[in-house]
Amino acid sequence: MTLPAALLTPLLTGTPAFAGLLSPETGGSPNADKISTLWWLIFSMALVVFFVVGGALIYAVTKFRAGNGRVARQIHGNTRFEIGCTIGAACILVFITVVTFITLPGIKNPERTSNDGLSLASGTLFASTDQPQPPGGKALRVKVNGQQYVWRFQYPGAQKVYSYVQMVVPANTTVVLDITSDDVNHSWWIPKLGGKMDAIPGYTNHSWFKAREGVYNGQCAELCGRNHANMLAQVRVLPPDQFEQWYANQAKRLQQAKAGQAAARPRYEDQ
Amino acid sequence: MSITADTRTNVRTRPRPEIIQHEVGSGPQGWTSWVTTTDHKKIGIMYLWTVAVFFVLGGVEAMLMRLQLGVPDNTLLSPEKYNELLTLHGTTMIFLVVVPVWAGFTNYVLPLMIGARDVAFPRLNAWSFWMYLFGGLTLYASLLFTPPEAGWFSYVPLSSRDYSASNGQEAWIYMVHLTGLSSIVGSINFIATIHNMRAKGMGWGRLPLFVWGMLIYSYLIVIALSSLAATVTMLLLDRNFGTNFFDPTQGGSALLWQHLFWFFGHPEVYILVLPAFGVFSEVLPVFARKPIFGYKAIAASTAGIAFLGLLVWAHHMFAVPTSTVVLAFFMLSSFVIAVPTGIKIINWIGTLWHGTVEYRTALLFCVAGIFTFFMGGITGIFLAVFPVDWQLTDTYFVVAHFHYTAFGAAAFGMFGALYYWFPKMSGRMLSESLGKASFVLVFVGFHVTFLIQHAAGLSGMPRRIYEYESSTGWGLMNLISSIGSLILAIGVLVSVINLLVSIKKGAKAGGDPWKANTLEWYTTSPPPEHNFDVIPRVRSVEPMKDLRRQVEQESGEQQRHKPSRAVVEA
Repeated sequence: MTLPAALLTPLLTGTPAFAGLLSPETGGSPNADKISTLWWLIFSMALVVFFVVGGALIYAVTKFRAGNGRVARQIHGNTRFEIGCTIGAACILVFITVVTFITLPGIKNPERTSNDGLSLASGTLFASTDQPQPPGGKALRVKVNGQQYVWRFQYPGAQKVYSYVQMVVPANTTVVLDITSDDVNHSWWIPKLGGKMDAIPGYTNHSWFKAREGVYNGQCAELCGRNHANMLAQVRVLPPDQFEQWYANQAKRLQQAKAGQAAARPRYEDQ
Repeated sequence: MSITADTRTNVRTRPRPEIIQHEVGSGPQGWTSWVTTTDHKKIGIMYLWTVAVFFVLGGVEAMLMRLQLGVPDNTLLSPEKYNELLTLHGTTMIFLVVVPVWAGFTNYVLPLMIGARDVAFPRLNAWSFWMYLFGGLTLYASLLFTPPEAGWFSYVPLSSRDYSASNGQEAWIYMVHLTGLSSIVGSINFIATIHNMRAKGMGWGRLPLFVWGMLIYSYLIVIALSSLAATVTMLLLDRNFGTNFFDPTQGGSALLWQHLFWFFGHPEVYILVLPAFGVFSEVLPVFARKPIFGYKAIAASTAGIAFLGLLVWAHHMFAVPTSTVVLAFFMLSSFVIAVPTGIKIINWIGTLWHGTVEYRTALLFCVAGIFTFFMGGITGIFLAVFPVDWQLTDTYFVVAHFHYTAFGAAAFGMFGALYYWFPKMSGRMLSESLGKASFVLVFVGFHVTFLIQHAAGLSGMPRRIYEYESSTGWGLMNLISSIGSLILAIGVLVSVINLLVSIKKGAKAGGDPWKANTLEWYTTSPPPEHNFDVIPRVRSVEPMKDLRRQVEQESGEQQRHKPSRAVVEA
């Protein structure tokens, strides 16, 4: 069987070779990577517990099978053993608690935008929030809005640039997300870019990522109606200069569309 | 009962305590006797048959979903039909199978286990059953119109009038009301019975562990289902009478529903599994021929789990907007509940240890149930760590996790209970060979279906999607899962066939076929309408073992082989 080998290799080498099969997806954003690290720490404990307790159960059933005139030993319990097991279980849980709170800030709090990221003015694109600000205060703030069955992304700035389905962002730049919904509950999730956050009407939820160049796919993770399965999302991460180009382009296209709309409106109103 | 049996053929049989039945008639017969009955045994059997029908229906719904997901881009089911199926499957399995199945078994065996004539309120008991049946019929009647499609959890706003305009949602609400009332009234009945009607000498420390499980189940139902009844009433009012409890545009809160629902929903998880834990705790000592290991620890951990189970609900909603301190509280409370649960598993292993384990079907289902539940417990730890849960929640990882716990404990426990108590209920044995074949198929089928779903979830497959593209790479995992579900379904079918055949043609069981420990085996199979002529004084948690020992002592070694007909004094 290759399974035990598959289980052990990542533990021995520490590489996320089995991301997506034995551990959450990684390789897009630091928060996703740190969740995976935490996963492997818990996984190692879980594996020990699985083999010790599960092994004991299987051993007990097979080894003590009736036969050969053996007589069952009439034991009613062992308080010391019970207390020992309780303490053992508690120790494992304390360990997991400690490592969770050690890794938590790196998962929850946005990172500093890298030097090769988009050059953003300090603070200008960042409003106050209960999610801590990234160090340096430089981040691209995108409003993510869930609607049956599409995601809408609203960019900061006077031009009011927005897009649907595909979010385009600059590489190595901290992107902070304000997640809302217009209708029913949705959940924002790009597996390689960290955990999911629910979009609930009436509330604003927060998340962040800082991605390397590439295209990352995800989809809505909360049942939102019949076409829940078709509510796809994509994050395209471009080098900062290409992002700025896209941003200007998108602004222009939206402007043109708006003008076209304005020109067309009287025709409809006349009819 | 004859005392003239051939002594030579019985040389190796240990004497068994039996009592004289003064009145062995089986009571009134015919369909009217079922409709009008207040006998806990008949009501129990009606519960179990109804559960069996709903279990098969819920299974068919699951199979249709697995067929749809077996290959990418499948067009077998429309999104509308898929959502209806997923709602019906969840609702059926939770409200119409795993909760009432324990009401069914308990109805039958609880008065027998504690040496009572019936439950405390027999007519209320009949009413509970009919409310349950009508609740189920209400839900399934919606198949003729527009079934609900907002999921068994019916999150608002999706379940509100604006987004689910059809009356299927009302059918769901009435189903929750009827079955909820059924469960609450039934639970009050069990609580009154357990507190007041135990046999002489059966103190709290001698209560069978299944009865402990059912007592705690009952208390949890009274708390959790009352809360749910209020919650769904709010939804009913929002949908039909212009209130705005859950409408954020009118000052309501969509999150409120999630909190209220899971305040019911998490205790519900323990409502499903605690009776199954009780079954494990009854069956293991019988077939290991050993006393239960750590009776007090198991009983205490049952109560501890119930209390803690009321404090962990928000771990179902770690991804909603929540402050870190709340997340941390619910992570730690979920950790704490793992400890008493782990203690139970250790005690079951302790019960098997140095025993003489007989591989009967009931035992196999129970051990497999413990193993499967244990795996679900381990994945539960990952889910309790909220930063990790952000990756896992609402994916197939969660689907796998709760099937490991709910199917692992509740469904395996249900099969274990069926194989264990069927001889008592019918007077006939289930076939062991068919039973073991069913066990192997169910066990293998289950793990093939659900183990791979962890990986599907980790690689990004969300729950509740009716289709996926082949580019996602989830095709193979889903195909394996669908094949597994087919094996599982065949396994269940074998047990159903076994049930139908054995009920007419099974070998005669006799009063105590397993040489078990508890009082339900101290009467004929099936028991007469009044259950017992004489109820022995209970001196330990294993009264039948005491009685066997007493019979041996009184009959003496010379008469060891003599067929027993001992009248045991009260």
